[in-house]
Amino acid sequence: MIEFDGVRKTYRVRGQEVLALEVERLTIERGEVFGIVGHSGAGKSTLLRLVNLLERPSQGRVVVEGEDVTRLAPAQLRAFRRRIGMIFQHFNLLSSKTVAENVAFPLKIAGTESRAAIAARVEELLALVGLSEHAGKYPAQLSGGQKQRVGIARALACRPSILLSDEATSALDPQTTRSVLQLLSDINRRLGLTIVLVTHEMDAVRRVCDRVAVMDGGRVVETGPVSEVFLHPRHPTTREFVLESEHVDTQEFQESLQQAAGRVVRLTFKGAATYRPLLGEVVRRFGVDFSILAGRIDHIKDVPYGQLTLSLVGGDVEEALRALAEAGVDVEVLR
Amino acid sequence: MTQWLVNVDWLEIGRACWDTLVMVGVSLFFAVLLGLPLGIALFLTGKRQLLEQPLVYAVLSFVVNLLRSVPFVILLIVMIPVTVVLVGTSLGVPGAIPPLVVGGAPLFARLVEAALREVDRGIVEATQAMGATVPQIVFGALLPEALPGILAGVTVTSITLVSYAAMSGVIGGGGLGDLAIRFGYQRFQTDVMVITVALLVVLVQLLQMLGDRLVLRFSRR
Repeated sequence: MIEFDGVRKTYRVRGQEVLALEVERLTIERGEVFGIVGHSGAGKSTLLRLVNLLERPSQGRVVVEGEDVTRLAPAQLRAFRRRIGMIFQHFNLLSSKTVAENVAFPLKIAGTESRAAIAARVEELLALVGLSEHAGKYPAQLSGGQKQRVGIARALACRPSILLSDEATSALDPQTTRSVLQLLSDINRRLGLTIVLVTHEMDAVRRVCDRVAVMDGGRVVETGPVSEVFLHPRHPTTREFVLESEHVDTQEFQESLQQAAGRVVRLTFKGAATYRPLLGEVVRRFGVDFSILAGRIDHIKDVPYGQLTLSLVGGDVEEALRALAEAGVDVEVLR
Repeated sequence: MTQWLVNVDWLEIGRACWDTLVMVGVSLFFAVLLGLPLGIALFLTGKRQLLEQPLVYAVLSFVVNLLRSVPFVILLIVMIPVTVVLVGTSLGVPGAIPPLVVGGAPLFARLVEAALREVDRGIVEATQAMGATVPQIVFGALLPEALPGILAGVTVTSITLVSYAAMSGVIGGGGLGDLAIRFGYQRFQTDVMVITVALLVVLVQLLQMLGDRLVLRFSRR
């Protein structure tokens, strides 16, 4: 469990205090995949770096598994850092070491295992990330996705209980991003590892995270389960992110809303309701006509969902909406 | 052709070549031995680095700049009393080595500092996140990553030492420079001058070639 308690981070720029981060209270549960999204400069990387104290808070406490990390002595801090793995946007692999040597590096630093034990562990880790046949290569000989897999293997070497991911997929193409996210998801499930994932891509959050915090201007502006935040965003920044990830042009969407006739509603289907022919049934029963203004059917983590923006005309619209709500569909009336 | 090379004593040339190689080799060894830790200290105590120490950095930097700002010919002369204490003489090959080391070490230290600064900060950060100590970061990550740059620095330093070693002929230092000054300059034996200069050119070319190969050999980027 990771807790931020009254944390502030300020910098001095030309004699002036500049507030970079202010988080009153944020808790990340053990074993969950927690997303932190925000635009660049929103403070999300700073927040992540507070966990293993790569950044020191100016004020407040960061409690990781019951320990206030800001109070650790240097040797304790080093031992503590070994229990936390970290992966980076630009991989940060040592170009002078082979894949196997890179993965072995944190074990050598820890200095607690024999050479044979390290070799066995490296083999096991490379098998886990599917790079066994590349053990003797140098990072420069690998693709971006492979490099990040080496980064993941290296981060897992000391059997950490927490994995920090700082924009780990931002330098990768969409397909590679998906496979790396899939790997992270697998690791979370198989090893019970807590993962904190910083990203500016809402799509990455949607695929792997359980809960998410949205950051803006150094503050957490919205937090909750991904399905909640994703389907019913409240803060403007969150809305922007969700729309961005759905490739919706806000202005175009507003224009098409204005042209639509009748009632405009947004229906959200979740889980099993996604695949039932609910809409058809209700529309027939109440003699309502509809046209689709926007729509999307996808998954949040493993849960399927559908979200449709409709304009409804004729028949008994009110009764139809009530029937849909009773069947477990989220109904929001936009106009 | 033989008429023109009448002043050239090939045995003498051979000995002078050997002397130059010894001077450059020994002084390079000590310049690296002193310059490497000095360069690492400069890097670590520098602004926004692992062991940021503005005062220590200022002092080290000042000393390095001081030594580097003294022209080598002057350093040769200023160093004479120290050289006598260190090696018992200020003449010949041994007498040239202390000033060569003092001339070469600060240069190499700066080149090491620059090579370490070229290492991606992300690598230091990743190593820190693994719970590494500063020595582990330096020896496990920084030096291996900076090795090609450091080898390029060794090459530049060795070539500078070749020219410094030639200069040491002015105070009776021995080697090709000594030969050039005593015969080529003072006795107007142009052929000796031309031969020694040609040999120095060849030596520099060889050192650069060797250095480039080593850099390439250890570059994994």
